[in-house]
Amino acid sequence: MRLARQGNDEAYRRLLGHVSVWLRSVARRGLTSAGRGTADSEDIVQETLLAMHLKRDTWDETQPLEPWLRAIARHKLVDHLRRCGFRDHVDIDDFASSPEAAVDVDASVTIDTRRLLASLPERQRRIVEEISLEGRRAADVAARMGMNESAVRVSLHRALKALAALYRSDRR
Amino acid sequence: MKTDNLVEALVADRGSGGKSIPKVLAAALALGGLVSTALFFLDLDVPQDVAQAMATWRYDLATWRFDLKVGMVLLALVLAFRLCMELSRPFPPVRPVRRLLPLAMVAAVAVAIELTSFPSTAWATRLVGSNSLVCLVAIPMLALAPLAAVLWTLRSGAPASPALAGAAAGLLAAATGATLYAFHCIDDSPLFVVTWYVLATIPVVVLGAITGHRLLRW
Repeated sequence: MRLARQGNDEAYRRLLGHVSVWLRSVARRGLTSAGRGTADSEDIVQETLLAMHLKRDTWDETQPLEPWLRAIARHKLVDHLRRCGFRDHVDIDDFASSPEAAVDVDASVTIDTRRLLASLPERQRRIVEEISLEGRRAADVAARMGMNESAVRVSLHRALKALAALYRSDRR
Repeated sequence: MKTDNLVEALVADRGSGGKSIPKVLAAALALGGLVSTALFFLDLDVPQDVAQAMATWRYDLATWRFDLKVGMVLLALVLAFRLCMELSRPFPPVRPVRRLLPLAMVAAVAVAIELTSFPSTAWATRLVGSNSLVCLVAIPMLALAPLAAVLWTLRSGAPASPALAGAAAGLLAAATGATLYAFHCIDDSPLFVVTWYVLATIPVVVLGAITGHRLLRW
């Protein structure tokens, strides 16, 4: 995270990769201990990653990263369970301490994000898709869409914020 | 969408952020304070006695009661700022009210000194002061612009409890309002300050908590 703040994309990508593996096991066990199926786990992983990304300025560099991550994960897991009508207390400390328990989820493509993505404004949706699905750089997207690169970046940031808000308001 | 795809989007957005929340909060607070002060001089529909009080600027730092009053509101400002920063993080708060203990102690000592330096027959007069109603109106009014500024800034935070963070924002805004007002208020008795300033703070804290509960969710 420190490297990522200094401008290292690769470090940030690696960090997010590790964190999603860890989140996956946290989400699965959280859902199981709440007596729910693990079908939603990838949605929780994505929602939490998004929150962690958007709220990364609330991490204090002088503090260890893990408690902060755990707090975000707990908040999002509780939030998700509440939205599904679960009102009991959840304590992730019981099972959040073993991050190496990886789960293979290669196949679980979430339908949810795609559905939420569809409700974004057309241009924002296209930018997110070009960058995430097609793996293009912001500069290339800008050229393809006839936009200024910084406008693409601003639009991407807004889209991510909107996506986080959509997750929050999504009740099933 | 696969998680790996989302990660790509997040990496592409890495350049956003990098803001220091305390710095932004301090700037927002200063701006809110300025707006509050300016509003009073714009001849708005402010109750006349409030406007009159605001038009007199006090600078008699020589009297210890005035010094103490200014010291107390500034201490409240610093403590509320720190409380706000702490509550805007994702960690569950541990006894947040305890952070205000230094202020409560200073206030208790000040009141004790005041009570011993006046006979009990004079206490009521010291308590009621000369314009307690003005104080009750002026502090919440002066706190509104700072409250909006603080809540707006805290939207980039990640409070474990949005309502608590909102209440802290209300406290910080009220402390800002009280600091502005302290230089105009002609009552310096600690009895007056502790009673009316605290009463004037309550509605701002409640408003902050209610607004925060809705606005600060993430």
